[in-house]
Amino acid sequence: MLLIHCPYCEDDRPELEFANAGQAHVVRPSHMSEMSDEDFEGMFFIRDNPKGVNLERWRHIHGCGRFFNAVRHTVTDKFLKVYRAGEPRPTDAELAELLK
Amino acid sequence: MKKFNVFSLARETLRGHKGWGKQWDNPEPKKQYDVIIVGAGGHGLGTAYYLAKEHGITNIAVLEKGWLGGGNTGRNTTIIRSNYLYDESAGLYNHSLKLWETLSQELDYNVMFSQRGVMMLAHNVHDVQSAQRHVHANRLNGVDNQWLTPQQAKEFCPPLNISKDIRYPVMGAALQKKGGTARHDAVAWGYARKASAMGVDIIQNCEVTGINRSPDGKVTGVETTRGTIGAKQVGVVAAGHTSVLMEMAGVRMPLESYPLQALVSEPVKPCFPCVVMSNAVHAYISQSDKGELVIGAGTDSYVSYSQTGSLHILQHTLDAIIELYPIFSRMKMLRTWGGIVDVTPDRSPILSKTPVQGLYVNCGWGTGGFKATPGSANVFAHTIARDEPHKINAGFNLDRFKTGRLIDEAAAAAVAH
Repeated sequence: MLLIHCPYCEDDRPELEFANAGQAHVVRPSHMSEMSDEDFEGMFFIRDNPKGVNLERWRHIHGCGRFFNAVRHTVTDKFLKVYRAGEPRPTDAELAELLK
Repeated sequence: MKKFNVFSLARETLRGHKGWGKQWDNPEPKKQYDVIIVGAGGHGLGTAYYLAKEHGITNIAVLEKGWLGGGNTGRNTTIIRSNYLYDESAGLYNHSLKLWETLSQELDYNVMFSQRGVMMLAHNVHDVQSAQRHVHANRLNGVDNQWLTPQQAKEFCPPLNISKDIRYPVMGAALQKKGGTARHDAVAWGYARKASAMGVDIIQNCEVTGINRSPDGKVTGVETTRGTIGAKQVGVVAAGHTSVLMEMAGVRMPLESYPLQALVSEPVKPCFPCVVMSNAVHAYISQSDKGELVIGAGTDSYVSYSQTGSLHILQHTLDAIIELYPIFSRMKMLRTWGGIVDVTPDRSPILSKTPVQGLYVNCGWGTGGFKATPGSANVFAHTIARDEPHKINAGFNLDRFKTGRLIDEAAAAAVAH
């Protein structure tokens, strides 16, 4: 079981308190009816699914109930960073730094 | 390759089984092939076998980063059934079931296919309605399936607890009598043996690290840990690692990879006559011919390539197993393991051409690909040989996420399956 740090509660809590909410930073467009089929597919269905560093959303569903983002390595399952929803995506340089 | 029959068995018995020989060759990779299949699991080896047998293409390499059959082919719980809701799925999985019925004879290799029946339990009103809808839809599609009352379910599977005072009482079950199990390793070995005998090169310990393309975009081969290998056509059959491989050709996939776990108990005498699945409480169970209870658990909720999973997932499944089969409450579990499954948004597989000419993909089997091994391999070989899908897999194309023509077994079953 993973031990996950909630950036709102500022505590390490067991995985059972959390729900994974998929890939982070997928922007839902404001004019969906005007999207092309290709753009809709890209937003709705296509996922990064990386073997390595993954940016993902979690929700502290049995805790504070809030969404936050995490940087996690998908081979070791190790959390490298958590940050609150709305904070910018870490740059590639920052991600490389986290991996060191 | 020696044929297995009573004469060869007698001959080898007389000389102490010293003359069986290797079941498949272990060749060095050639510089160029007609077709490269990436992934030597059941689906990949089967694809090579049907390409050679039905389409006359024998200049094939099957590349495998580990050992053949060492991925999800050797990690699943070996359940075989075809009672899916939609017409496309019924076509594909029933095609597979028909091939299973003669596979041991066809491969001259005992895959231990046992049609002991697969029973899917219903625990609430929604389950009952959904399962009965499946039964009716299946029967219209010529797929064997029938509805059982709790008493009939108990007769079919005596260890089942149909008491009304358990947390999720059994309210009925859908039974596919033609479903069952097979020995998963034997499927990989049987296909490997026959494919190798027809001239297919199975190259193990050879990881693909890149997909090469010509300036006009066509596939020209692959880069591997054992050098560059050329090919006119490349079929990716890599389960959990499909996204990683397709990225090498610049194709982004509608897939997410999750750990899926299974476990076996200590071996005991025959006590469990069939396969029973419960989607609602998430417990799959059967007994292998060796005597172990084979139990399938669920996936973790997050993307991972760790080939392991969380303990609470197993605990959740065992909670359900003990409630449904109290006789197993003191059973010792022997081993647990995990595999990485690639899951599509509609929980149906992708057997398709891709935007890259000469590149084909067979993936997205999620938590239930073993049952489809022969059918999947058979129609995927057709797709590669003719450069167009077989009518059975035409709906399972990569374009459906653009056109919206999903085959939404996820909504039909309301769980991963």
